[in-house]
Amino acid sequence: MYDPTVARLTYRALLGRRRALILGALPLLLIVISVAVRGFSGADDQVAADVLGGFALATMVPIIGVIAGTGAIGPEIDDGSVVYLLSKPVKRPTIIFTKLIVAIAVTMVFSAVPTLVAGLILNGNGQQIAVAYTVAALVASIAYAAVFLLLGTVTRHAVVFGLVYALVWEALFGSLVSGARTLSVQQWALAVAQKVAGGDLVTSDVGLPTAVILLAAVTAGATWYAGQKLRTLKLAGEE
Amino acid sequence: MTTLSIDNVSRWFGNVVAVNDITMTVGPGVTGLLGPNGAGKSTLINMMGGFLAPSTGSVTLDGKPVWRNEQIYRHIGIVPEREAMYDFLTGREFVVANAELHGLGEKAAGRALATVEMEYAQDRRISTYSKGMRQRVKMASALVHDPSLLLLDEPFNGMDPRQRMQLMELLRRMGDEGRTVLFSSHILEEVEQLASHIEVIVAGRHAASGDFRRIRRLMTDRPHRYLVRSSDDRALAAALIADPSTSGIEVDLTEGALRIQAVDFGRFTALLPQVARDQGIRLLTVSPSDESLESVFSYLVAA
Repeated sequence: MYDPTVARLTYRALLGRRRALILGALPLLLIVISVAVRGFSGADDQVAADVLGGFALATMVPIIGVIAGTGAIGPEIDDGSVVYLLSKPVKRPTIIFTKLIVAIAVTMVFSAVPTLVAGLILNGNGQQIAVAYTVAALVASIAYAAVFLLLGTVTRHAVVFGLVYALVWEALFGSLVSGARTLSVQQWALAVAQKVAGGDLVTSDVGLPTAVILLAAVTAGATWYAGQKLRTLKLAGEE
Repeated sequence: MTTLSIDNVSRWFGNVVAVNDITMTVGPGVTGLLGPNGAGKSTLINMMGGFLAPSTGSVTLDGKPVWRNEQIYRHIGIVPEREAMYDFLTGREFVVANAELHGLGEKAAGRALATVEMEYAQDRRISTYSKGMRQRVKMASALVHDPSLLLLDEPFNGMDPRQRMQLMELLRRMGDEGRTVLFSSHILEEVEQLASHIEVIVAGRHAASGDFRRIRRLMTDRPHRYLVRSSDDRALAAALIADPSTSGIEVDLTEGALRIQAVDFGRFTALLPQVARDQGIRLLTVSPSDESLESVFSYLVAA
């Protein structure tokens, strides 16, 4: 199910100079904000939860997920170099699964690690807030990577759709329409975080069992469908 | 012995028919797929390579379907037309990755790089390669698993004459070794120099098939039209029409030129300068007026 060569090619494409800079920019911003906030207002649990929930989990994690998830396959399909993977006796679902693992790992490293660091800076993990949001970021990384990898497989405009989903659906609709929150990776991740933190500072609109089932279903479903799409991917038609 | 069979294959995109009911068999040796740009060559090659499903008909390699059959790539090597190829890798890393995807290792990659004589630049990044070097590394990646069928889409595009000759030599050798090699081109001379067998595609249809000499004859025996300007058009016209290689001459007064129709291409091209010299006429313009590939090919379709 996992092909080390596909993984190596994906890592190197994802962590190429330009993309790595983009991937590194938001985490850096988070750390800078955290240092500034800590400097101005001292260690405050509520402020820490606001920064981690409002910026790290709501904005940074999905955007990193978009960049890593779509970037793991989209550019290869766009420029046609995916032909070198497809013209091999390697099962297409294996290619997708391997790319998913890489996308998850990259999203986790660039979103969960800075979330933990930011949390420690903000309030030294008081009330388990840093760890709770880090777990949320880890969980969300898996689902985002799967969803955006699928987007990268089915459309050339994956980054646009991904950003629209991440920013409009998750951030805007989520705050306006309560029903939309049930269908939000962010809320599912928060449900897990709530369990970890245990207090009132981290809350979700979705119950933990629902969240876990939806997370698993979306991740598995998106990965399976991406594998199917890759099996019938058409590279022609530019004549 | 590897045989690629294309049986009644059509492919359409929406309302556009790209490939129209083509049946052909490609066997060992070098086969050239010839046709003007936009004729459907790439669509056909994509179907041969399993990257596109035929709308109707079937493509099989020794009886096994090519579409949705990853295992078939153990026998097929593909050199795509598109340039993109993991430019951030070195040539060697790229070929090694291709070898690994076939379950092979560095040894196979080294052998393939040696075959295309790219060892000297194998540790440079692909992004620094010239067009010809890229083509050779692509070739190495396609040869790494020693395939019995090699598909190449416009492999000579953008190559300089020396690179072209090297690649031709290599493909000829592959064909002589008993591999089935198919390459597409829109340039007759390329195909003629390399292919022992030619398949011609025009406007999605299979226009001609066979020995290059036969197809060459079909192409050169057609009437050729020339536009000629000289220091004395009428004297030149009179001298030319006396020879059987010319079937008609029109004095185009508005253009101030002769429109000549020649039926024997070889003889006419030798005759024209000779007649001009003998008559003391200076030739100012000699230009073929229907040498566009489309007109050559459309003549072929009609034949």
